[in-house]
Amino acid sequence: MVQKLWKLQGGLKLPGFKTLSNSAGIKALPIPPQLIIPLKQHIGEPAKPIVSVGERVYKGQVIAESNGYISAPVHAPSSGVIAAIDAYPIAHASHIKETSIVIHTDGKDDWHPSVQAVPKPLSLSAEDIRQRIRDAGVVGLGGAVFPSAVKLKPTREIETLIINGVECEPYITCDDVLMRCHADAVIRGILLLGKIIKPHKIVVAIEDNKPEAFQSVINAISKFKEAGITAVATIDVTQVPTKFPAGGEKQLIKVLTGKEVPSGSLPYELGVVCLNVGTTAAIHDALYHGQPLVSRIVTVTGEGVSRPGNYRVLLGTPIDTVLDYADVANRTEAEVIMGGPMMGIALADQAAPIIKAANCLLIKKTEQVRQPVASMPCIRCGQCASVCPMKLLPQQLYWHASSKAFDKLATYHLDDCIDCGCCQVVCPAKIPLVQYFRFAKSELKARERERKKADLSRLRNETRQLRLEKIKREQEERKARRKAARKKTTSRDNETEQAMQSSLKEVSSEGKAVESQMSTKPSPGETSNQQKTMVR
Amino acid sequence: MPLQQSSHVVSAPFIKPQQTISAVMRQVIYAMVPGMAVAFYFFGWGVISNLIIACASALAWESLALFLRKRPIKNYLADGSAVVTAILLGLALPPMAPWWLLLVGTFFAIVVAKQLYGGLGYNALNPAMAGYAVLLISFPREMSAWVAPVTLPMADIGFIQTLHWVFLHQLPGAITFDALTSATPLDYMRTEIGRGVSFNEVRLSATVGVIAGKGIEWINLAILLGGIWLWYKKLITWHIPAMVLTSIAVLSGAFYLYAPERFADPVFHCFSGATMLCAFFIATDPVTASTTPMGKIIYGLGVGCLIYIIRTWGGYPDAVAFAVLLMNFTAPLLDQYTVPRIYGAGQRKG
Ligand code: SF4
Ligand code: SF4
Repeated sequence: MVQKLWKLQGGLKLPGFKTLSNSAGIKALPIPPQLIIPLKQHIGEPAKPIVSVGERVYKGQVIAESNGYISAPVHAPSSGVIAAIDAYPIAHASHIKETSIVIHTDGKDDWHPSVQAVPKPLSLSAEDIRQRIRDAGVVGLGGAVFPSAVKLKPTREIETLIINGVECEPYITCDDVLMRCHADAVIRGILLLGKIIKPHKIVVAIEDNKPEAFQSVINAISKFKEAGITAVATIDVTQVPTKFPAGGEKQLIKVLTGKEVPSGSLPYELGVVCLNVGTTAAIHDALYHGQPLVSRIVTVTGEGVSRPGNYRVLLGTPIDTVLDYADVANRTEAEVIMGGPMMGIALADQAAPIIKAANCLLIKKTEQVRQPVASMPCIRCGQCASVCPMKLLPQQLYWHASSKAFDKLATYHLDDCIDCGCCQVVCPAKIPLVQYFRFAKSELKARERERKKADLSRLRNETRQLRLEKIKREQEERKARRKAARKKTTSRDNETEQAMQSSLKEVSSEGKAVESQMSTKPSPGETSNQQKTMVR
Repeated sequence: MPLQQSSHVVSAPFIKPQQTISAVMRQVIYAMVPGMAVAFYFFGWGVISNLIIACASALAWESLALFLRKRPIKNYLADGSAVVTAILLGLALPPMAPWWLLLVGTFFAIVVAKQLYGGLGYNALNPAMAGYAVLLISFPREMSAWVAPVTLPMADIGFIQTLHWVFLHQLPGAITFDALTSATPLDYMRTEIGRGVSFNEVRLSATVGVIAGKGIEWINLAILLGGIWLWYKKLITWHIPAMVLTSIAVLSGAFYLYAPERFADPVFHCFSGATMLCAFFIATDPVTASTTPMGKIIYGLGVGCLIYIIRTWGGYPDAVAFAVLLMNFTAPLLDQYTVPRIYGAGQRKG
């Protein structure tokens, strides 16, 4: 069966630089003396620590548990003693710290007794497999780190399961070597996935600049066939044209199915589930070996690296340890980019640990990364729009982002921008477009939060006002009743005076009512005003 | 806007920009070289004097304006946009134009139409065409004094004599400037048809040359080649040039079929005047054109139709400047109403 391919709109043909690192196989990195494991290595709620300082832990033991539906547990990557639970620098573009668990390793690398291979994983129920994937802390290893188990509980029938081995970013080769060296693990992982979501067809997509990986997966499939496993017949291995960002989830779905994921919805609503090959292999490890996600393959590459290649690194290993091992020349003038050159982040702190998202460490010279960009005015050339894979108008977005016209940004669909950076690469005016977009996005989010908070407090205020009024009214009614009761008992002489007083009271209480109305009235006005500014 | 220096947080992509504005402009200039060469071949040193004076004065005006606006002169001069404007203007004006005409033209182009609006990227009107239009309105006599192609009596005017004329208004010996000039093919066609001569007869005259004007047709052809190269290099898209030429061809074709003696044929229109220069180099000026694909199509159609209408019924012989300027006004609106469908929009779920 030949897979029909649709054209990827926009995108860029980029030099790959893959041969720098894709031929040396996968080398294991030694256990570092100290592991720093951040609690948030995934999208969603950070995990909750369940160990205390001084406690002895074993490799694969849960040290922080999943905290909510969209969350993932964190496991000890090696055996040792918990040395601290505190805020440590994380892999980020600025100096940011997050709560992490520090383990002083003992070098024995003893597995926790709970880590047991499942004898016949394929005979487990779908729900059981899913739960094990969840317990193993498996998240999207392509860089998105979305908890995989959540993706695997679609509410509708799935037509296509896409296994993403595209790896379109230049330099990165961790998926490439994984498919070359461990294609069987990937295939077994796919069969497990097939068991859970029962798709009509399964497509493994590999960019056509990785013929070795492609061949290796094909060979693995025929080996399975020879061994009598017929389930692999539904797997279709397809080469897709090399173009960035063909490996973006939305882009790959378009290329393979011709469907476009509507803005704000998830692929499964189209009947598609898309997982990375690395994730698939991790699922294999979780079931066939019972091993939770405690390490990952990291590509260390760049022109200044004397031993570039792919390394299996324990999560929590400090990045500078990895750099030492790969022998990065001239460390003082080296910048580390986590991820690829198009969408990665230049790390502020090289002591930060490897996390589940760290697919690549790209080493560049400082002057290549941190030079001031002298940008020119936009000349409206439209190059940016012609390469935008989301078919946005980056030029207009830039215009409105720089003038802070946030409402306009929404009409030009800023939230659909995937930060791929294509627009910026082709911009002849050298405008740091993506930086503007990131800034505008965070600003929009902050405003949204503010607005929600304001709405909430206004609501609270209004209900409070109403309650106070009600109490006041009740008090007055009670008073009036008491008075009326007293009136009956008083002599007739006082009647006129009493009548006068009560009428006075009525007037004043009316006045109060008007006043209180005045004080509540403006709020609806405010709301409508605010709404107007939001939609204008 | 001043040059922006990025702050401390550096963000992806970490790949060098593939193009720079000056590289783009340089390639645009390369693409105009064939046109300039052919123009020189047919119209002699007057073309060169035009180009040199236009470039020098454009750069001078640009520097002065940048200096007054306290902008980094070096960075902006290096972008090459002033040179492109100057070349367009130099090619559009009659060869051997007097120096002050070029000086005034570039002043309006660079200082008024571009820098007063905020400089590169912010001008609403095409600078070269704004300068051209001002000259056409203010100095109609000088603007219509086109020297005849060299193959007519021009042959013995050398570079020095050209400069003499351009700067001192002196010609050697008994030659008068009038003897050097002749009507442009477009002009000739209009007046002749206006006199009741049929287009078929007009076409046979020496002024018209093989298809659309002696010399002019070859310049247009050379510019067409340069334009195709620009498209091949992806510096322009097909939309605007194709639409300009299509609309001119369709309109003129329709009228030509209707009354062949009174209307010039499509080939004549496409290869005379500044048609090709407009289609590939003027209307495609990104700053002042529409930028969305649909917007570009409408914009190109508009320019082409206006060119034909003004050429045929308007008061000016060539219409490129006014057509482009008029469409410049519509560009922001076109952009606003032709926002392309984004990925995933209007897609049904399921
Ligand atoms: S590529 Fe740059 S200069 Fe060209 S339109 Fe886009 S933002 Fe403007
Ligand atoms: S970064 Fe955003 S706007 Fe730019 S090309 Fe990518 S998706 Fe389009």
